[in-house]
Amino acid sequence: MSLEVDVDHARETFHLAARFSAAPGLTALFGRSGSGKTTLVDIVGGLIRPDRGRIAIDGQVLVDTERGVFVPKHRRRIGYVFQDSRLFPHLSVRSNLLYGRWFAGDGGTAANLASVVDLLGIGHLLDRRPDSLSGGEKQRVAIGRALLAHPRALLMDEPLASLDEARRAEILPYIERLRDEAGVPILYVSHSVAEVARLATTVVILTEGQVTAVGPVADILSQAEESEGGSVLAATVARHDEAFQLSVLASAAGELQVPRLSAPVGAPVRAYIRGRDVMLSLRPPEEISALNVLAGKVVAITPSANGAQADVRLDCNGASLTARLTAKSVQRLALAPGRPVYAVIKSVSFERS
Amino acid sequence: MTPEEWTAVRLSLLVATTATLASLPFGVAIAWLLARGRFWGKSLLDTLVHLPLILPPVVTGYLLLISFGKRGPIGAFLDEQFGIVFSFRWTGAALACAVMGFPLLVRAIRLSIEAVDTRLESAAGTLGAHPLWVFATITLPLCLPGVIAGAILCFAKSMGEFGATITFVSNIPGETQTLPSLIYTLTQIPGGDAGAMRLTLVSIAISMVALLGSELLARRIGVRQMAA
Repeated sequence: MSLEVDVDHARETFHLAARFSAAPGLTALFGRSGSGKTTLVDIVGGLIRPDRGRIAIDGQVLVDTERGVFVPKHRRRIGYVFQDSRLFPHLSVRSNLLYGRWFAGDGGTAANLASVVDLLGIGHLLDRRPDSLSGGEKQRVAIGRALLAHPRALLMDEPLASLDEARRAEILPYIERLRDEAGVPILYVSHSVAEVARLATTVVILTEGQVTAVGPVADILSQAEESEGGSVLAATVARHDEAFQLSVLASAAGELQVPRLSAPVGAPVRAYIRGRDVMLSLRPPEEISALNVLAGKVVAITPSANGAQADVRLDCNGASLTARLTAKSVQRLALAPGRPVYAVIKSVSFERS
Repeated sequence: MTPEEWTAVRLSLLVATTATLASLPFGVAIAWLLARGRFWGKSLLDTLVHLPLILPPVVTGYLLLISFGKRGPIGAFLDEQFGIVFSFRWTGAALACAVMGFPLLVRAIRLSIEAVDTRLESAAGTLGAHPLWVFATITLPLCLPGVIAGAILCFAKSMGEFGATITFVSNIPGETQTLPSLIYTLTQIPGGDAGAMRLTLVSIAISMVALLGSELLARRIGVRQMAA
């Protein structure tokens, strides 16, 4: 299944012009607030009629302004998980979950209810009322409700934005399972780098209504202004060092030592490294406290808008890593593309995948 | 109470109940149009619905008489085509009460529909529900307290309606002589004071029961919606 979007939509203050396609997996729409992310998913979901454009899912046209096609939202079979869960207050959790069943027209709902309830861990909530649920529970029910309507694609508009850190951590694993098991393309709106780094297969960056970059998460995220020059390294857990409470990760760039992870040996993880947590050295650093030193070569140097800083992109044995340095450091070390350097990583945030 | 008084009370209850139940579907439809619709002439419709609230009841009754009377254009049509006659029948009293109570009914329902979060309705739409289904399964249950409040107001107004009813269908014992009409008649004849007082007490009792009933019903629905 794939979703193709090519729309233009003008409002008083800005113009949305977006063109991309979302394959199975999770496509993150990433950008600052006001960049048009929500407008874009509202258009895909059928809540807003675009001025011009075409939207198709699996070749079936949902919107084609030139040919006058506009499929109303209730006939699109596109699930929508809203930021404010929007559960029906007069219905129990079970009735909320089964609301779409009347219209989906597919059989085997009982089995599906059981599997969705299991996937989201909401079995103990079925007979409760929405207003007695916590924010995290509400969002899980809202996700289940959208899934049970048998959608061909799922839209998620900052589903974690209204939750605190603990509740987010509670839901993220469920969204990962959804991405890997549900088999429908997910269009996920977010302005959080950590969420996108952890969840996304593909990233679409929106800047003031325009798509400025599309591609795999590792390539795109380091280009995003909001990511502060962060990079994503794919790795696996090589072993755990119980004596020092550390885990050793193997990645293309080399081994990384990080605080003990709960993931088992062999599990794939994504390491997210912020640009400002990377120092560069021309010689192998000795007798320093940092545990993680990766060898690489400078690929490109991008100065910041005001010229005070620069993002130095490295190639560490095929993996891309970005360091954010001051312009003075770049000059002092005479950094230039092709120059071998050692990257000292001060801290790593780890996201399981 | 005299048999005549009992007849008037029974007739009033019949007229008020008929007027309320018959106008309820129209009231909900018009309230929805006014709350959610965007169309030309919306303020005209709004004014038209509210007109009986502002016009002297006698004027409303007279307008009903010349349009729904035996020789009125609508009355004649309904009589010829369907055999429905309003003039000087209890059905005419019910029509007069329905028209007089309609603004109160529509107003209460409209306000409660406007209070329903449209974002819930669009969420139901993305789950595959046709707009009519959205209305039946989301909007209507959520605005039910307002519908009940409107129906009670309409019922209470119908129990007390006098001017339009007496102008349109007169004051015929056993056919169109409702509770207020009989009270009026009793105050016009010598020795009628006791009967008028008895009916006044009955009227107060019915109003209080209706009000308490609506309060209980609304609370029960409210509790069901809020329940943990």
